[in-house]
Amino acid sequence: MESHILTLMTFIPLLGAFFILFVPKGKDNVVKIIAAVFTFIPVILAVKLFFAFDRTLPGVTDFGTFQFIEKYPWIKAFNIEYFMGVDGISVPMVLLTALLSFLAVVGSWNIDKQVKGYFALFLLLETGMMGVFCALDFFLFYVFWEVMLLPMYFLIGIWGGPRREYAAIKFFLYTLLGSVLMLLVILALYFNTTDPETGRHTFNMLHYMNQSTHNAWLRQFDIRVILFIALFIGFAIKVPIFPFHTWLPDAHVEAPTAISVILAGVLLKMGTYGILRISYPIFPDVTRWFAIPLAILGVINILYGALCAMAQSDLKKLVAYSSISHMGYVCLGMAAMTPAGINGAVFQMFNHGTITAMLFFLVGVVYDRAHHREIDGFGGLGAVVPVYTAFVSLAFFASLGLPGLSGFISEALVFIGSFPVFQTMVIIATAGIVFTAAYHLWALQRIFLGPVNPKYVDLPEINAREIFCLTPLAIIVMILGVYPMPVLKMINTSLLHLIDFVKNTLV
Amino acid sequence: MLDNVQSVKFFLPELILTGAILVLIVYHVVTGKKKSLFAGYLTVVSVGAAMLIAGGIGSGGARDLFFGMVRIDEFSTFFKVIFSLATIFAAFMSIASSEVNGRRQTEYYVFLLSVTLGMYLLASATDLVMVYLSLELVSIPSYLLAGYLKRADDSVEGAVKYVVYGATASGIMIYGFSLLYGLTGTTSVAEIGRIVASGVSPLTLTVAFILVGVGFGYKIAAVPFHMWSPDVYEGAPTPVTAFLSVGPKAAGFAVLIRFFYAVFAQRVEGGQWALFEGVDWVTVFAVLSAVTMTVGNLVAIVQRNVKRLLAYSSIAHAGYMLMGFVLLNVEGLRAILFYLVVYLFMNTGAFLVVVLIANQIGSEDIEDYSGMGIRSPFLSVCMGIFLFALTGIPPFSGFIGKVYLFAGVIHSGLYWLAVIGVLNSVVSLYYYARILKVMFLEKPKSEEELPVGIYAKAFLAVLAFPTLLLGIYWEPIIRAAEASARLLGG
Repeated sequence: MESHILTLMTFIPLLGAFFILFVPKGKDNVVKIIAAVFTFIPVILAVKLFFAFDRTLPGVTDFGTFQFIEKYPWIKAFNIEYFMGVDGISVPMVLLTALLSFLAVVGSWNIDKQVKGYFALFLLLETGMMGVFCALDFFLFYVFWEVMLLPMYFLIGIWGGPRREYAAIKFFLYTLLGSVLMLLVILALYFNTTDPETGRHTFNMLHYMNQSTHNAWLRQFDIRVILFIALFIGFAIKVPIFPFHTWLPDAHVEAPTAISVILAGVLLKMGTYGILRISYPIFPDVTRWFAIPLAILGVINILYGALCAMAQSDLKKLVAYSSISHMGYVCLGMAAMTPAGINGAVFQMFNHGTITAMLFFLVGVVYDRAHHREIDGFGGLGAVVPVYTAFVSLAFFASLGLPGLSGFISEALVFIGSFPVFQTMVIIATAGIVFTAAYHLWALQRIFLGPVNPKYVDLPEINAREIFCLTPLAIIVMILGVYPMPVLKMINTSLLHLIDFVKNTLV
Repeated sequence: MLDNVQSVKFFLPELILTGAILVLIVYHVVTGKKKSLFAGYLTVVSVGAAMLIAGGIGSGGARDLFFGMVRIDEFSTFFKVIFSLATIFAAFMSIASSEVNGRRQTEYYVFLLSVTLGMYLLASATDLVMVYLSLELVSIPSYLLAGYLKRADDSVEGAVKYVVYGATASGIMIYGFSLLYGLTGTTSVAEIGRIVASGVSPLTLTVAFILVGVGFGYKIAAVPFHMWSPDVYEGAPTPVTAFLSVGPKAAGFAVLIRFFYAVFAQRVEGGQWALFEGVDWVTVFAVLSAVTMTVGNLVAIVQRNVKRLLAYSSIAHAGYMLMGFVLLNVEGLRAILFYLVVYLFMNTGAFLVVVLIANQIGSEDIEDYSGMGIRSPFLSVCMGIFLFALTGIPPFSGFIGKVYLFAGVIHSGLYWLAVIGVLNSVVSLYYYARILKVMFLEKPKSEEELPVGIYAKAFLAVLAFPTLLLGIYWEPIIRAAEASARLLGG
């Protein structure tokens, strides 16, 4: 099937960034419109992808059933290929990236400092993110993975909050540390596998997943464990999994609103996506060995994130810690390797993307008006800004897992799927649900209920542009809450293939 | 092996450089101290011509000239191109720099051309005498260039340090040479290699290796022989610093590889070299490599002067390149050659930005770079490209250079070295990003725009473009590097 949809989705934003560089100074609106157009085209393509994607083909380890494949030699001397393709694991992430990027551009409309730089970097960031979810050549994947760091550093560092410089460099150093370890693993894999057809070393991930291409060195279990752990650290820093999470509260809190949205909505998913796409099928034996530690880390994330969130007085920090907690569910579901568990995990990745994006947008809305985010500094806003209150309530209820909204379904699937495997841990983790409900409701109560804070009687209501950003997300959250099949159908075939492969290879 | 008369036509590039040096000396005598750009442009033209001709001669296969004193092969040709580009960039940078401009320029370019001639010879020298002579031809004009700003204390201090260290290192090295001569009775590097392979006293060989290693280690500024370089680099005019950190350093690597791979190792099948019993210099250099990059990076963190910071960073980069040196195979050599190409562009580029900023604000302190992102976006973005390339972040060329180095190290199973190498990359991000942080993230001290001339911009673009391009498509360069490495000693 000859199609360039993935290349277009990846590089159209970059083209937009290129055009932005040539906009004369002072024409800020032109820049914004270009950015909006060049992030909207991928959304149209994403819709096309959603309908054209064949839900019966598994992909994962099987070249023949990947879709929208593009495969060209890039550097022949090193056997690097431009190899893109999607399956059920990557498609939801691609859709999420396209949607959130567009909404984040709209959400950034009020940026007035160095507008050109901001949107050019943002578009570059989208290219990196798309590329990560589409690349099937490990070298290509790594290039996209790292390309994201540069714009992220500047976006946090220039347009962020008061401690932006510290947060930006911390984010950069942490993620670079993780990714250089990944680079070594990539090179070790490269020299110890061969393409079965040509006999050359290869960066093709799918060849790595065929364990018969591994040489004797790579077949030693302790070597595999070391490589797996090094790779895992790289991904865990991105998720972030405890104890690699300390960059996250800083980065999320200091980043401008739209960048927090992207960080939480897309970047965190790259960690768990990487584990599923790369670690699981390349090292199925180590994956099984690592299931219990991963589940333990997941439970720690759930509880630790929730408890930290409860202790926060800054609303944005609360949301940041809630992300740590929610990504814990993903890890738990992945570790279980049951159909329900893993479907729940990937569905949770998608849902967390939409829900947290809403939360960060909403935090941004109130911060723009009140210029602070102290949870205790408000009170009674429900009577002042009813529409805003409605959106926040919806997002909070979705985030705490209220039945009828999308978060509930994925968390329920995770628990159902992992209970048979890790009973004690799941029982402990359910305490997380209580904490989650507690901090959400408590924050809701302090901000919106009670007597109106006289300082904010004139707080302006949420405006049309902000509603425009939130509505698509709200609709998705509500629809998937009652009818999750559009996403579950998309991911199920691939995930069943993945767990079947992980459980039955190198036994 | 060609005799003296037959050799001359293959020696044309070196003759052109010599001719240009003589012309400039005469020109200097005739015109006196008048300001003129003639010397600069003659340097560019003659080096450019030498490079083109050297490229043509080098592709005609390996030839031993002057009864085996020098060897023209693809390996030396590859280096000659790097030297020539480094010289041309240095000449353009000097024309653009207010530090150099307006002084006794003709002499300056005579020194520059002399170093270039020395480097040309050093990369192809295959005789102990020739190695020593060309090394001194590189060193002595370098001392003069470093002390060129003779009214500035730090320039003079750097130059004196340079002379003292350089003379000591040369002395130690030539003592090592004499031991090698005593062991084998010949000055031909290839001959020495052959006799050493047939078995000599391991103790004497070890001593000779240590002495020679010190001399070469000094040239590439490997720790612990690096003490001179920060002071020299900080004190010298910035174009000279840029030149010294690229050209002579590359020349150091050229002679290091040619000499060690011929004398202390033996070529075996499959693009590999094998060690002799008794002298495990590979381990010694592997440790030196790790120490060099670590010290360079850690000390760079605390620097406040951009030039000094880049000096330490260039020590660290020598450490990275040494990783390729210890592998004893074509893969490692190819990685060094490739790295030198990308390093040429990114390092020169970073120094050029320093020159252009210093021209305007008269300072090289990191603090004074605040708000450059607003004052001169073009300059700052270029600096970003160079510094991220130096860090080794895709999609810039420095990343590809490091990938090849790490790939070689991993392939040879030196995992500990690879881990130290990548951790060093992370450390280096901290100080490179600190410069960018000041430039982009901090408020400017004055809002005044920084004027950058159109030529300066074009020159920056010439350096920035390959830095970006070689990160995206680098196939021709790596193939050329591979071919040059494969033919070494073949």
